[in-house]
Amino acid sequence: MSGSAIIMMLIAMLVLWGGLVLATINLVRYKGEEPEEVLRDL
Amino acid sequence: MSTADTLGAPDAHQASRGAFTSRKVFILAAIGSAVGLGNIWRFPYVAYENGGGAFIIPYLVALLTAGLPFLLFDYAIGHRYRGSAPLSFRRMSRGAEVMGWWQVGICAVIAVYYAAIIAWSLRYAVFSLDQAWGDDPGAFLTGDFLRVADPGVGLDFVPGVLVPLVIVWVVVLAIMVAGVQKGIGATSVFFIPLLVLAFLVLVIRSLFLPGAAEGLNGLFNPNWGALADTGVWAAAFGQIFFSLSIGFGIMITYASYVGRRTDMTGSGFVVGFANSGFELLAGIGVFAALGFMAQAKGVGVDGVVDQGLGLAFVAFPTIISEAPGGSLIGVLFFGSLVIAGLTSLVSVIEVVISAVRDKFALGRVSASLIVGFPAALLSILAFATTTGVPILDTMDHFINRFGILLAAVVSMVVVTWVLRDLPGLRAHMNATGSLQLGRWWVVLVSVVTPAALTFVLVREFQDTVASPYGDYPGWFVNVFGWGSAIAVMVLAVVATFIPWNKQVSLVEPLGEDQ
Repeated sequence: MSGSAIIMMLIAMLVLWGGLVLATINLVRYKGEEPEEVLRDL
Repeated sequence: MSTADTLGAPDAHQASRGAFTSRKVFILAAIGSAVGLGNIWRFPYVAYENGGGAFIIPYLVALLTAGLPFLLFDYAIGHRYRGSAPLSFRRMSRGAEVMGWWQVGICAVIAVYYAAIIAWSLRYAVFSLDQAWGDDPGAFLTGDFLRVADPGVGLDFVPGVLVPLVIVWVVVLAIMVAGVQKGIGATSVFFIPLLVLAFLVLVIRSLFLPGAAEGLNGLFNPNWGALADTGVWAAAFGQIFFSLSIGFGIMITYASYVGRRTDMTGSGFVVGFANSGFELLAGIGVFAALGFMAQAKGVGVDGVVDQGLGLAFVAFPTIISEAPGGSLIGVLFFGSLVIAGLTSLVSVIEVVISAVRDKFALGRVSASLIVGFPAALLSILAFATTTGVPILDTMDHFINRFGILLAAVVSMVVVTWVLRDLPGLRAHMNATGSLQLGRWWVVLVSVVTPAALTFVLVREFQDTVASPYGDYPGWFVNVFGWGSAIAVMVLAVVATFIPWNKQVSLVEPLGEDQ
């Protein structure tokens, strides 16, 4: 692989997979609430 | 204070619609919907053809300025108005209901042909065990397996497609009858981690094949000159749009099944990045395998690269036949296609079931069967036959562009500029969201995204009218291409005139932002 190809691959990994990790951390740390109403699927 | 005290007790119909029991289940279901066949067989080719490594720049711009804002737009509609696409739009404004039925019609069309591709994948997972395609996978696909006839309509059934297609529909109907949580939710919780695991094993195996580095070089080597080409930017916005399952009712429907206090903005970012993250993983796996194939044939990567059916059912069988441990690669690859396709098909058909349930206040089982049986029957009659492939190819092309894309642009423009509902949707999302939507979101949803998608739509229209699609006869394209796209619009208008069941409230349910 060329150097520029390796760099672009690493950038893509960093942004997309790193973005997923950060988004997941944000979601977990936020004190949101789970559903309180239990809606039966009738 | 109880939820009922705060929000008012839900009406009987609302209380029986079903719901995801947790944020995690909703997120996995939404990822299951977004991650589909296109992630695996479309993204790698689009990236390769549009600048390679340089494509990541327009791709990220499209994700952040159009994909995620549009995803949150869909979430906001479903979560605020708490109904299927037609009911949500009806609660927004009486005249907007037709947009919901348009999206329902699009989903109905997609469901009947999408199931056929999953059936092919299921069959190829079995073929992988003994490489039944022999020395010429291309001839095997169109001849021995699909027995593709000239464009037309016929009832010459192909048993090799019929049996797996029936199996697919039986599984899908069982999931739909089981309901939102026990069917869709449970399927996603089990299959999405399995999909990621299977693809990870596939990627690792592919990376150790000789020639893998050359394949990755072909995918990631940047062509910076491509960034000056507007077609490359259109391809990036198109890929993001088609990949995220936005604009045709799925995310509206799923968001209506989520608890009222759930963090929808934070969830949206997880879903968006998970979808794109999987596309990247797929690109690495596919191009590592293509690199091996190129080396084995003694040609460059450009000599073997393909997309869609050609990639899945011709290129990959060739790789499977020649690679050490090819059967494992085959089972993992086609198994991944089956899982990704199944979780997406479930979400597509749920849009229709949910709409029918809401309109007529039907129960889960009866609505699932009323929608599922005709869909399965149509699917089998049209796509388990020798004439199925040209019909599938044509419908897919037209319903994607002049169904999904057109409906998406119209819904954004109407909600933003005619109904002026964006401030309310923004306030709703910000009431419980971990990430606050600023004015930037309003600008992106009202101006940037519709403008970008309109640009893509115009280019697609120009390309489609410039030459007969697929070299099919004019009548064939008119009936199954333009005809299917126009038929869903007409049927949407008709459905709008059917009265709602009196049990169904057409008033927006109160939430904490009101």
